[in-house]
This record gives sequence, C-alpha cells and structure tokens, in this order.
Amino acid sequence: MGKVFAVVVAAIAVVSAALFALHIWWLPVDISAHGSRIDRALNETMVAAGVLFVVAQLALAVFAWRFGPEPASRAVKTFPGGATPMVVLAVVLVGIEILTLTFVGSKVWAGIYQTPPDPNSLQIEVQAEQFAFYFRYPGPDGRFGAMHPELANDATQNFFGLDPANDTTARDDIVVGSLAIPVNRPILLALHAKDVNHAFYVPELRIQQDFVPGMVIPLHFTATKTGKYEIVCTQLCGLGHYNMRAYVEVMPEQQFNQWLKEKAAQQ
Amino acid sequence: MSVPTATVGGPHAAPRGFWRTHVFSVDHKVIGKQYLDLALVAVVTGMVLSWLMRFHLGWPETPIPGLGTVAPNAAPGGVVTPEYYLALMTMHGTIMVFFVLTTAPFAGFGNYFLPIQIGASDMAFPRMNMMSFWVTLVAFLVLISAFFVPEGPALSGWTAYAPLSAVGKDAGPGQGLGQTLWVVSILIFCVAQLLGALNFIVTTLDLRTKGMSLARMPLSTWTWFVTSVIGLIAFAVLMPACILLLLDRVAGTSFFIPAGLVISDRLQPHSGGSPLLWQHLFWFFGHPEVYIAILPGFGIVSHILPVFARKPLLGPRVFIACLIAIAFLSYTVWGHHMFLSGMNPFSATLFSVPTLVITIPATIVTLLWIGTLYGAKLRFTTPALFCLGFVSVFVSGGISGFFLAQPSIDTYLHGTYFVVGHFHFVMGVAAMFGIFAATYFWFPKMFGRMMSETLGKWHFWLTFIGVYCVFMPMHYLGLAGNVRRYSAFTDDYLKPLIPLHRFITVAALFTGAVQLIFLFNLIRSRLRGATAPANPWQGTTLEWSTSSPPPHDNFGGPPPAVHRGPQEYGVPAGGGPTDYVMQASP
Repeated sequence: MGKVFAVVVAAIAVVSAALFALHIWWLPVDISAHGSRIDRALNETMVAAGVLFVVAQLALAVFAWRFGPEPASRAVKTFPGGATPMVVLAVVLVGIEILTLTFVGSKVWAGIYQTPPDPNSLQIEVQAEQFAFYFRYPGPDGRFGAMHPELANDATQNFFGLDPANDTTARDDIVVGSLAIPVNRPILLALHAKDVNHAFYVPELRIQQDFVPGMVIPLHFTATKTGKYEIVCTQLCGLGHYNMRAYVEVMPEQQFNQWLKEKAAQQ
Repeated sequence: MSVPTATVGGPHAAPRGFWRTHVFSVDHKVIGKQYLDLALVAVVTGMVLSWLMRFHLGWPETPIPGLGTVAPNAAPGGVVTPEYYLALMTMHGTIMVFFVLTTAPFAGFGNYFLPIQIGASDMAFPRMNMMSFWVTLVAFLVLISAFFVPEGPALSGWTAYAPLSAVGKDAGPGQGLGQTLWVVSILIFCVAQLLGALNFIVTTLDLRTKGMSLARMPLSTWTWFVTSVIGLIAFAVLMPACILLLLDRVAGTSFFIPAGLVISDRLQPHSGGSPLLWQHLFWFFGHPEVYIAILPGFGIVSHILPVFARKPLLGPRVFIACLIAIAFLSYTVWGHHMFLSGMNPFSATLFSVPTLVITIPATIVTLLWIGTLYGAKLRFTTPALFCLGFVSVFVSGGISGFFLAQPSIDTYLHGTYFVVGHFHFVMGVAAMFGIFAATYFWFPKMFGRMMSETLGKWHFWLTFIGVYCVFMPMHYLGLAGNVRRYSAFTDDYLKPLIPLHRFITVAALFTGAVQLIFLFNLIRSRLRGATAPANPWQGTTLEWSTSSPPPHDNFGGPPPAVHRGPQEYGVPAGGGPTDYVMQASP
C-alpha cells in the first residue's frame, strides 16, 4: 500500500510540474513596458516553488515507500537530529526565498504602483458601470469637464454625468466605449466607478486594478506592441459580470492622433 | 490549572426520554454529532451546487436534467442563467466555508473529543454548548431559505463586497431579500461561533483532569484550543461588520456606501461610506478564518499520523510553537486579499512580508509530518492514507501561496482561477482530508462500530486522484488569465480554455460521485459495521481509555488521572508485547 501511495504521489508531482514547465497553458504575450519584470518574478517563483513542491512530494513518496509496517521486529527510528534540522531547513530555505521574493517583488511592485506617472502621460478617464466600461478623452481643450453623478444617465448616453449645457470644458470631451491608446507613450488612467466595484484587467498588459465607488484610482502603464486586446472585469459586479468587457486598441502614434481627431469631430 | 471535573464540569445527570437524549441534548457528544450531521447536509448541498456550476461552465447551453423543474425561473429549461450561476457560487462558498469547514473539524469533532481528550465529563457550559448548535442550525436555515424567495439568493459571492451587497435590489436580482438573508444568516452564525469559542477556551483551561498539564494535551486538543482563540477574535469583528452591513441595507445608513452612486439610473440616497472599510473588516475576519478551517486539520493529522506511524510526532513542542505563531500572524496578513483593491499601494508591501513569513511555521509543520514518517512503521489504514493525502494537498496548495503573496505577481494572477485552485487545495481539500481522516479514525469510538476499510481505501484513492484532476488544472487556467466568477466564456480570449474547463467538470462530477462510497460506508457501518473494541487503533490518548461509544459522563465514573504525554508510541525501543503506553497508565 505504501508503494502504491508513493507511485501515485510521485506521478502526480511529476505530471503537475511537467504541465507547468511545458507552458501548455501559459501567460499571453506581454505588450507592456513593465510586464517583463512581472514575468521574470513569476518565472523565478515558479522555479523556486516548483523545486520545493517536487522535493516535498517526493520526500513523502520515498518515506511512504520505505517505512511500511514490515518487518514486525524492526524498531522505529527518529529522524536524525530530531526536529532541529526541520526548523533550520525551513527557516533557512524559506527565509532565503522570502527575502529574495520580498526584495525582488517589492521592487517590481514599486515600479508599477508606487512610482508617480510620467508627467507627459496621456490622461484618460475610465467610468465602469454594470456592465460596461466607458473612456473619456479631454478633447481639443485638453481639459476634462466635471462629473455630476446626478446627471449620469445611460438612456441619454451621459455615462460620465457631464453637464455640457453649463460646463464649457465638458462640451468637447470625447466619450467612447472602446479604449484607443498610442504605442510606446505613457498612459495614465483615472478609474471611476459609477455603481459598484469593478476591475480593469488586461492580461497582455500585465495590469489589474479595482474600481471603487467614491474613489478615483490612478493606473499608469505603457503599451509596447500594437494590436487589439480585451479589457475584462475581474471584480464581481452583478449578473452581467461575465460579459463586462471592452477592447483596448494599441495604435501607432499617427494613427491614434488621426483617430482622436475623427472622434473629436463627431462630438 | 486542573480542577476535578466532578465539581465544575458536567453536573447534569444522564437525560431521560428521546428528545432530551437525542435532540435537545446538552451532552457534548450528541452536540458534536449534531454539528457533524449538519455539516454533512451542508457539504452535500454545497457540492451539488458546485456540480451545477461546473456543468454549466463546461456546457453552458446544455440543459441540466430536472433543473428546469426544480428552479423554473432561475434555470428556464434547465439552463442556468447568469444570475443563478452567481447565486449558486455565493451559496456554495458560504455554505462550504461557514457550515462545513468551520463546523465539522472545529465544532463537530472538537465538541465530541476535546472534553474526552482532556478528561472532562462535558464542556464547561453544556447549555451554552447546546445553544451554539441550535443557533448555527438557525443560521443555516436562514441562509438556505434564500433559495425559496422570489428573486433567489444573493449573488455577491461569499465575500459580499459592498456596495454591491449594501445597496439593495437595484444592484440586481438576489441583492434584495436574498442578500439580507445572507447577512442575517452570517450574523447569527457569528453568535454561535463566539459562544462555541468561549466554551472551548474555558473547557480547555479549567476542566483538565489530574495530571493533564498543557504539555500533555493531545495535539488535536491544542489546535481546537488555538482555533477557538482565533475564532473568538475573528468572529467578534465579522459580527459588527454584518450589523453595519445590515443597517446599510435596511436602516438607510451609509457605512459602506459612498455618495454619488448611480445604480440602474437611480442616484442612491447614501453618502459618506467606504467600500474598502467592508473589505478590511471582512478580511480581518476572512484570513484568520482560513486558519480556523485548516488548523483543526493540522491537529487531526498530528494526532492520527503518530498512531499509525507507531512513533511520536517529531517535535511536538515545535508544532505547538508554530501553531501559536500562525495564530498570531494570521491577524497581520489580511491586506494580501486587497493588493489591487485601491488601498494605498505602499501597504501592499507591508502585508506581503508577514504573508511570506507565515509560510515559515507552515513549512516547519509540514516538515515535522514528513520527518515523522522517517523510520516509522506506517500502517496504511484509511485514516493514515487521508493524513498522507492531507500533507500532499496542503503542500500543493501552500506552495501556490508564494505567488499570490507577492503583490507584483498578484497583479497578474489576482481574480483568476489560480486563486481558486490555491484556496481550494489549501483550505478546502486539505481540510476535507482532515475531516475524512478524523471520521474514519474516530467513527469506531463515536458509534461503537468499525467502518469498512475496503470501501474507505477505494474512497481515498479515487478522491485523492480526483481532487488533483479538479484543482491542479485551475492553476493552469489562472496562468492563462482565466478570470474567476464568470458564468460563461463568451466569444473571447477565454474560449480556447473551454476544453480544460470540461476536463475539470468531468473530474469534479467523478470526484463528487466517489463521495457516494463514503456516504454508503457511513450508513452501512453505522448499521452493520463490525463491533469496535475500546481501542481499535492502539492509541494512547484518553478517548481510547473509555468504551466505544463512551458512556454519558465519558468515563463511567471519575475521569482517569494522566501520567504521561499523549504520544508514547514505539516504546520500549526494540519491541515488547505492546509498543505504546496509554496516557492513563500509571
């Protein structure tokens, strides 16, 4: 029985680890300036955690194989050195791992979320609501009109609660249902939630951030590859959560400027 | 301090009559069994809900036979609607976390065995003990009743994030009465847990028999004790949080609702609240809750494994130190659920460090279990196999924590199936394996009959392989960016992952069906199992010094005095007529 257990555990460990190592299911292509640092941290953790996983499962397998009930005359033995080597092993091995992960990981995190955005970032406001994202560009005047929640109304397509009748800065604001950004230019999003919590997640951009009602949360990144990618909501927001998505189209700078002009003309 | 139990604990005489003996009993053994029965009903319910979810995820358009009749509005024609999917998910999570993982290993087995293991004739407060169970039952009934209200159960998940959970029915079906029932149920549950935790703590500290010093307490009792301390603090935070949420819902307050919310084109009449406050309060409870679910499993494995290894656990004092360290650290890590919540990103680093540090005591404990196997004479009984399985799945679930503890990697993996795989392994499956080990191990003591070993082993092998087929692929899904809590994967980047979802669904249905073997074994053994001797496994602790099942006052007279530690196995070295010495042996 111990041998069967050993074989099963070893097989589970090896197959599971192999499926990770073969990258059959893996992260999509990275299109962000910061993403390679996340990917490297993830890969390093994968190696460290993978080794610990396989070694621990194999130790379990080997001991189950080796230390069965037979022979009856054999006396039990204690692990050489008792519990001390276990404590030392855990403190040293895991301690080193923790120190490394903390130093490396904190740096990566700080580089994304704790550094101020580039002052020349393109600023875009995002409004999340059940179950859609809307994006707002300041228009030719370079200024965003103020938001008035009481004016927000989906039926009149006033998703941001703008007041163009009284607010001149709001008149030229460009509001669209799909995000367009220029490649290689820092982007600064301001995340607003109209009703409940939502989240902004683009796997390819290696970025994720909750929207919280009552808060304006900044999020900045730079896309490095052109193409069209999905923005999905990852914070449970109601029955249409699964269907809450938009697209981000990363365009060459010129094409983006052209797009912006066309949209401005439509306002 | 040890106090003779005759003067303090269990002053009540054996009850007479069916109702007092079996239903409204103050006997901790009956209450323990009632908790376990409730957990069994809850786990079957929770599992069936997960089958419906899994089936829907694999084959979203295919009707589920019979479901259209049972839930004509929620699943017209047998096809689950998006809101019903979320309702199933919310109820699955809530039932499993609160009414299975908290109820069975802690309240169930703890109630039955803690007093016996310390040599007491009952809990310190038997009536309060009875009250905790009945209050728990009321909480369960209130929760389940949400299935029978017109708009169905809440759909905001077991975490019930505000303002989705706070603003009422404008936020969607189920967010009206369904969500109110959810809040009320959890509120009631908190009361029961607080009563239970107090009772466990007082019983452990005051009712130990002569000679039962803290150092001689079985490790299972140690974990129930530490768990009750964690629970006392954790539920004492969740309860007021639930009261505030309830007030937001029914009394027009704004604890968790800020100004300017527009829901269904209606400006909400609230201002001044903070949605993040709910998250902080919830996770201040929620993370320790993970340890409330898993620590009794630690104790069960540390108690059972030595019995079948025929040697003491390696470093029992180190184990206890690790337990206390985990209990302490469990209150410093809640923010790792909130790295991307919008809280100050600087605090993410602050929460990341203790999260990683808590892996040190967890790793030490795991190494103690593995090290205990070295040089053992392992008897591969069903409870022993489930203990070994526990170690394996705990390792698998624990190691993925290294990823999620780092805010930078969480940036990618947060909100994906990687998280689902992680917590199901580490607190769901591992805790369930602890429950299974405990059931096979203590069933003879509780019912005086042995469970079938053949059926037990089939149950173990198929479950062990099954859970890996269900939960390991969820990590692959998460790496591929598969978002959790989606009721369907429409025409998008997630579509290529549907075959893997189908594999998981098939594995989940299979693993679920395997549990019928366990149910059958439970029922058959209860009626026709071989008669159990007092000490079938050659254990040393006090529960094996009394008859199977124990008499009303546990020991048929004054509890025995204790003369040694709980794990004197493998003595005398080199073998003798027996290889163990009972705690009660002079």
